Amino acid sequence: MLITYFCAGDPDPQSVPRMVDLLVRAGADVVELGLPHSDPIADGPAIQAASQRAIEAGMNTDLYFEMISKTETDVPLVFMGYYNMIFRRGVERFAQDCASSGITGLIVPDLPMDEAGPLKEACTRLDLDLIYLVAPNTPPERIESIVEETSGFVYLVARSGVTGARRDLLDETKDLIDRVKTDVPKAVGFGISTPEQAAEVIRSGADAAIVGSACVDLIARGDLVGLERLVGEMKEAIRRKT
Amino acid sequence: MIVDRGRFGGYGGSFVPETLVQPLAELEEAYERLKTDPDFKNIHEELSRTYAGRPTPLYHARSLSKKLGLKMYLKREDLLHGGAHKLNNALGQALTAKMMGKTRLIAETGAGQHGVATAMAGANLGLETMVYMGEVDIRRQEMNVYRMKLMGTEVVPVYTGSRTLKDAINEALRDWTASYEYTHYLLGSIAGPHPYPTMVKDLQSVIGTETRDQILKAEGRLPDSIVACVGGGSNAMGIFSGFFQDEVNLIAVEAGGTGLTCTSKFANHGASLKVGEDGILHGALSKILQDPYGQILESHSLAPGLDYPGVGPELARLVDLGRVRSEVADDEVAMEGFRVLSRLEGIIPALESAHAVGYALQDPESLGDLAIINLSGRGDKDLATVMQREAL
Repeated sequence: MLITYFCAGDPDPQSVPRMVDLLVRAGADVVELGLPHSDPIADGPAIQAASQRAIEAGMNTDLYFEMISKTETDVPLVFMGYYNMIFRRGVERFAQDCASSGITGLIVPDLPMDEAGPLKEACTRLDLDLIYLVAPNTPPERIESIVEETSGFVYLVARSGVTGARRDLLDETKDLIDRVKTDVPKAVGFGISTPEQAAEVIRSGADAAIVGSACVDLIARGDLVGLERLVGEMKEAIRRKT
Repeated sequence: MIVDRGRFGGYGGSFVPETLVQPLAELEEAYERLKTDPDFKNIHEELSRTYAGRPTPLYHARSLSKKLGLKMYLKREDLLHGGAHKLNNALGQALTAKMMGKTRLIAETGAGQHGVATAMAGANLGLETMVYMGEVDIRRQEMNVYRMKLMGTEVVPVYTGSRTLKDAINEALRDWTASYEYTHYLLGSIAGPHPYPTMVKDLQSVIGTETRDQILKAEGRLPDSIVACVGGGSNAMGIFSGFFQDEVNLIAVEAGGTGLTCTSKFANHGASLKVGEDGILHGALSKILQDPYGQILESHSLAPGLDYPGVGPELARLVDLGRVRSEVADDEVAMEGFRVLSRLEGIIPALESAHAVGYALQDPESLGDLAIINLSGRGDKDLATVMQREAL
């Protein structure tokens, strides 16, 4: 499976349905839509810049849900964003907006399991997946609780550090895929930017590869043809596992 | 105050990427262990005394007292090595890092005072040191940048967001998610995720402990009021912590900037306790300055150390409980405090501390007969800012 991320509202709020359409046509099995935040502490330069552009272009939480409601697709749409944006709107209201706009899951990179109580409760009630992350330094007992609590899939952080494209796939990524033993699908993200890396992740035992910053970079350059090509090639590489 | 894993009522917590969960747990464990470790205590005590210059004096400011119509003392943290209270925290954390086997320190800085304190601690203890500083702050605090460089610290300009303190913290957090194995993040205030608010308060509580002994010795009684400026809140929490159980008014003075108003992206002040609303910034739930959607506003103050859109979670709790009174002093009031203290006492205060002095000048009746201002830093670093302002 291929999961693609883009920052909703970059280059402008109206572009959201079009971007989802393009990514799905190119081969995305799941689309993550980032809600831009002023202070994205888990993200590298590419997504920081995209977030700033989207906010400048007028993106906000109301428009985010409005645009997602207008998006027609069969693939699952996943919210990705920072907890203050959820907290500020009200956890309950935010979860309801997700459910009614067509979002099926949430990834909140600054909300570890221990702080997620209220959101988890709302998600469970509304049948939304709250997707937790596992990092390379997460201890074994904690990995067990996380895979028990996560729903939809578990997000394996391929390497220490923030989001952003990297050339090589580290041994710590393969090691992490090995160490996380679960029936829940394993999706690997952070630093995956090429078809070869995507295939390698799948060969190493993951169920999905997540590509984010590489897509965001192409959108920043206005290269939608390149974006469609990259996503297509990644999908193909995942299928052939080479 | 009861600390339930970094919870202060509804505030505090640890809202961080999964990669930082383990490093924060290790830091908490190490600090809890070390603070009762005889070796750590001995070295820390000796460095505090012979390197940093503790205890700092409690000074009876006679001319200021006369002007205010009450007896006013100043806790002279401006006399601490480096010129501000920041070294109390930096030394304690750097020593913790060294004993944890870390070889590198990273820190954020706004005014540069915490950066300088970290540079000092790093140089003293032989740790590689890197300080993130907003590009805007680098321009307005040239001298502190040079001081850090002299002590062997690499100063990294931050070009993202507002290019000030808030963005420097973001960048330090990002660095730490990639470097935690050998790096300690030396956070400078009582903000941030658990265990920082508790650990930094603990390391700054020496101010309150000393002040309590000193005022009892000098006056035979506790003061009616204590006034301290608040950015993140470390100097305030440090001095207040000596008096929580007593009937002493604790007054937190935030930056009123150019007025308690805001536009869509900017607040014209730094008054998170006064007008902020609940939200998450830099890993903790506290009072923050934000727009209706949860985007963080850029704050403003003449004093770079108060130019921050958040505040320590424990202070937010204490204000809610009514134990700490929240007040503001705007840029003009702070300038008046700066001028009056320089002229009357021959002490040039940091613009941050000048907010506390300015508040006292505005409202001396609210302070009772005997009061203390925590003079958290000296003003040498601010001379360029003041000269520029006076020239207008």
